[in-house]
Amino acid sequence: MENLSAILYLVAAVLFILALKGLSSPTSAIQGNRYGMIGMLIAVVTTFLIMDKPVLALIAGAIVAGGAIGAWKAKTVEMTGMPELVAAMHSLVGLSAVLIAVAAIFHTGVEHTGVQKIELFIGAFIGAITFTASVVAYGKLSGKFGAKAVNFNGQHLLNLVLALAMVGFGVMYFLSDSHAAFLMMVAIALVLGVTLIIPIGGADMPVVVSMLNSYSGWAAAGIGFTLNNPVLIIAGACVGSSGAILSYIMCKAMNRSIVSVLLGGFGAEVATGGAAASGPKNYKSGSAEDAAFLMGNADSVIIVPGYGLAVSRAQHALQEFAELLSEKGVNVRYAIHPVAGRMPGHMNVLLAEAEVPYEQVQEMEEINSDFANTDVVLVIGANDVVNPAAQKDKASPIYGMPILEAHKARTVIVVKRSMNAGYAGLDNELFYLDKTMMVFGDAKKVVEELVKGGGH
Amino acid sequence: MVDPFITSFTIFVLAVFVGYHVVWNVTPALHTPLMAVTNAISGIIIVGAMLQVVDINGSELSVTSVLGTIGIFLASINIFGGFLVTQRMLDMFKKKKK
Repeated sequence: MENLSAILYLVAAVLFILALKGLSSPTSAIQGNRYGMIGMLIAVVTTFLIMDKPVLALIAGAIVAGGAIGAWKAKTVEMTGMPELVAAMHSLVGLSAVLIAVAAIFHTGVEHTGVQKIELFIGAFIGAITFTASVVAYGKLSGKFGAKAVNFNGQHLLNLVLALAMVGFGVMYFLSDSHAAFLMMVAIALVLGVTLIIPIGGADMPVVVSMLNSYSGWAAAGIGFTLNNPVLIIAGACVGSSGAILSYIMCKAMNRSIVSVLLGGFGAEVATGGAAASGPKNYKSGSAEDAAFLMGNADSVIIVPGYGLAVSRAQHALQEFAELLSEKGVNVRYAIHPVAGRMPGHMNVLLAEAEVPYEQVQEMEEINSDFANTDVVLVIGANDVVNPAAQKDKASPIYGMPILEAHKARTVIVVKRSMNAGYAGLDNELFYLDKTMMVFGDAKKVVEELVKGGGH
Repeated sequence: MVDPFITSFTIFVLAVFVGYHVVWNVTPALHTPLMAVTNAISGIIIVGAMLQVVDINGSELSVTSVLGTIGIFLASINIFGGFLVTQRMLDMFKKKKK
């Protein structure tokens, strides 16, 4: 039976890897997701079969209750709300890791060896940090706690003291087997999760969400070590490295080092850098009708969508307009900056929901060299990701960040509420170029007017 | 006899490498579904929670089994929520042909 279960666990682990592998293209991804579900089913059934005197009622009841909530959430969540959902789910993994570790400590039937104690300690503290940090991230993303970074003097010192205290109680547990010491260690880790995340500002949230994704994986792997369970270790390690890669990609897209994100203070830095460059400057503005006319007569149009588009729910109207242009023979494409949404790949999902054809949506590296040969670029709800200062102005806080080179197109149309600075609080010289036309108004209203104007 | 920790550690290191290479091949357009499906996969922690929900010395309700049950409950939210929301997103990417 032990050998059979080990082989079944291996099958489950391979199916999980296939689930990730499937995501290399949208067509194979659906099959991959099915492999993942089958893998999970195999792992759960196998575990049940090898358990000594399982309490079926509790296990089945918990699965049914949790499954119903999960399924309901999956059905009802808005695509704009994905980052919050993902953050909430990270917190659940973290909390279960903590509960399992505590449950194992109180398991009277089992003696833990020295190595197992260290493993329990690691699984519990990563889980605890993941839990509270994800709750704070959830709060920031959903606007419940406010997205502002919280900074105070001695912040890093406090974190260091907490971390040392946490390790201290861990050592105490190791030496004395004291349950109280273990619980103290968990409690401090819970506090640490909060103090680590509060200094990180809203603009850095895509990195934080990816990082917590990684942590949740390591927490699962840590528990796998304690229980000597290979499927937990393999799945946890894959999730952990996946989150780490996404964090790296997000950091690179914002030209931020992971260390500076973690130490926080992006918001404060920007306030000083942005103010110096401002002054009265001239810009041209036009109506939606003018914009529709320009694009209707162009050969090629690239649309640069930003999160503002999703906030005003203008994706569907925008796609309608893009279709009108396509019917007129205009080559329409969408250019996506990696941090266009609130989490990696977020904008792609928002556009896919609006039924934008997959082939029309291109990543920054694919499309950047095409801007120079493009008649009209329509920037809508985006700001910092098209700010040329990132390439030219060494004093700018976003200097070095890769941008979509919208300023190289022949004509630029920017849809914006007002001339106010964007999310990062920076002015954008793109708005003042001779070839730029500003169209002021709510993204959705403007796009609806574009659709009307594009009809003839 | 090799310590079980060494065996586990070997598996762990190899799995990190596999994960690293597989995930770099994921197309950036599908990074959000990737996060959702990894959420579901980290629900594998349900296995650890299940192992706590056993009859200990003739008692079905103990601190251990109750904590384990809550763990199963939370992990199930992740498993069902994660896989189903991934499915929902992937369907959006698919239905392009009119």
